[in-house]
Amino acid sequence: MRLVGFLLIAIVLALAVFAAARGVGNAYVFYAGYVILQYVVIATAWNILGGYTGYVNFGSSAFFAMGAYSTVVMVELELPIPLPIMVVVGGIVSGIVGLGMGYLTLRLRGVFFAIATLALAIVLETIIVNWDFVGGGRGTYIIRPRSVPLFEDYVQYLFAIMLGLAVIALTTARTIERSTLGYGFATIRDDELAAEASGVPTLRLKLIATTLSGAFMGMAGAPFPYYISYMQPASAFALDYGVNAIAMPMIGGTTSWVGPLIGALLLATLQQLATVMMSGVVNLLIVGVLLIVFVIAAPDGIVGLARKIIARWRT
Amino acid sequence: MTSLLAVDNLSKRFGGFVALDGVSLAVNAGERVGLIGPNGSGKSTLVNCISGATQNESGTVYFNGRRVDGLKAHQRTRLGLARTFQLPRPFVSVSLAENLKIPLLYAVNARPGQHFKGAALEERCEELLSLVGLADKASRRPSELTQIEMRKLELARAMATEPKLLIADEAMAGLSHSEVAEIVDLLLRLNSEQGITIVMIEHIMSAVMRFSQRLIVFVSGRKIADGMPEEVVRNPEVESAYLGQ
Repeated sequence: MRLVGFLLIAIVLALAVFAAARGVGNAYVFYAGYVILQYVVIATAWNILGGYTGYVNFGSSAFFAMGAYSTVVMVELELPIPLPIMVVVGGIVSGIVGLGMGYLTLRLRGVFFAIATLALAIVLETIIVNWDFVGGGRGTYIIRPRSVPLFEDYVQYLFAIMLGLAVIALTTARTIERSTLGYGFATIRDDELAAEASGVPTLRLKLIATTLSGAFMGMAGAPFPYYISYMQPASAFALDYGVNAIAMPMIGGTTSWVGPLIGALLLATLQQLATVMMSGVVNLLIVGVLLIVFVIAAPDGIVGLARKIIARWRT
Repeated sequence: MTSLLAVDNLSKRFGGFVALDGVSLAVNAGERVGLIGPNGSGKSTLVNCISGATQNESGTVYFNGRRVDGLKAHQRTRLGLARTFQLPRPFVSVSLAENLKIPLLYAVNARPGQHFKGAALEERCEELLSLVGLADKASRRPSELTQIEMRKLELARAMATEPKLLIADEAMAGLSHSEVAEIVDLLLRLNSEQGITIVMIEHIMSAVMRFSQRLIVFVSGRKIADGMPEEVVRNPEVESAYLGQ
């Protein structure tokens, strides 16, 4: 029942975060907090494939955008669907894209896989740009509902949904890590030939990883049109998502669910501060500099660094 | 009597190079077979084709009465066909105990019958580690091991799959004289105590002669001899392959 215990603690923490954000009494906290939480979900999702199985996905923006655009489609069709259901639909759509990508690319390894994922993002962006129904290259307005029950305004509602998603994503990642599936993923990262010889069905596990990873990225993207109000391909397929999705787990540490959480909280908060205090352009510069520092000084990320310090301190 | 492993007319080429050229051989249940041949004679390719790491182009492989060529490697492992790698390939990011937990979870638990869970799983890992004398290093990482310990871990991991047939691909390369004896003892024990059929691929002739009940010789992708070890080494064709004419 460690799972239930963890989930309870996570929910209590999430409620505390929400109460604290409300306590600050500034609408901007929710506005910025949404982006930070969104990156917690994206980084955790990336890590399920990239950290656990070792397959580096450069095309995170594609999965994020597929989730966002499935919401746009539902809005354009004027379907009376509540946002939480749209999140589930976005997850399913991106999960299917993940499964398809897995089938097409998992014979590729290392850098070739990474390039293929990047290509996928470009192909999907081109399709969306040329699809008038969802606004094409011009983009489209998404009108927020005037009010939602229980919440003071819509951004608070979006924040709460992303908070819930972060809890679900982190709980899933942690559960995988400690399960048979997690061991299977680790063998893929270490040595696929030896994994097969030990009875691990590597192809099936890789497909599970691409599907799960894609699904969570899609879920993170599904509320995005409501957040940004004006949806255009360039904002959903932005370079930021692909780069941050990799940098955050790398800086936090890829072998544990804590790593992407720490990395996302740290980097996304820094980026939000930089946007307010300097300019939005500094964002990726910060990511780049930190990534270089960590790759050189602490290749196992903050979690790896902490473990090393604890081990040294004990002896 | 039907054999445990029956390879018939197996061929494999890499580009223009014929690695295996119509190889047929059979291994009976409980047998200890040595497989020798010069470098590049196709021994490892044969192991890869039998275990599923590579797929053969023509010919068939029957294991335990079932056709296995075309099956994926993990499916063959689950049927009871285990192999070790010439260069040890441990799972480096997990502990020694976890290295053995993986085949228990994925090979043994995938079969009908006994399933390892919780304490029984940990116990079985310990048991397997003590079988190869690594029990005191259960929580260490493979990177902390010496050559011979790495070889032993490789064997333990293959044993963890509870195989009917174990193919040991040069399990002793690079080991000292006493270490080689230690591994041969271990293999002999596995064969006599647990009744596991073992095919040993080896260059070290003293080890092969001590271990094998039957000896098979490969030269450039073909089987040139198959029989009692003492007779096979006196075979003029084998002598010329090894010593030149």
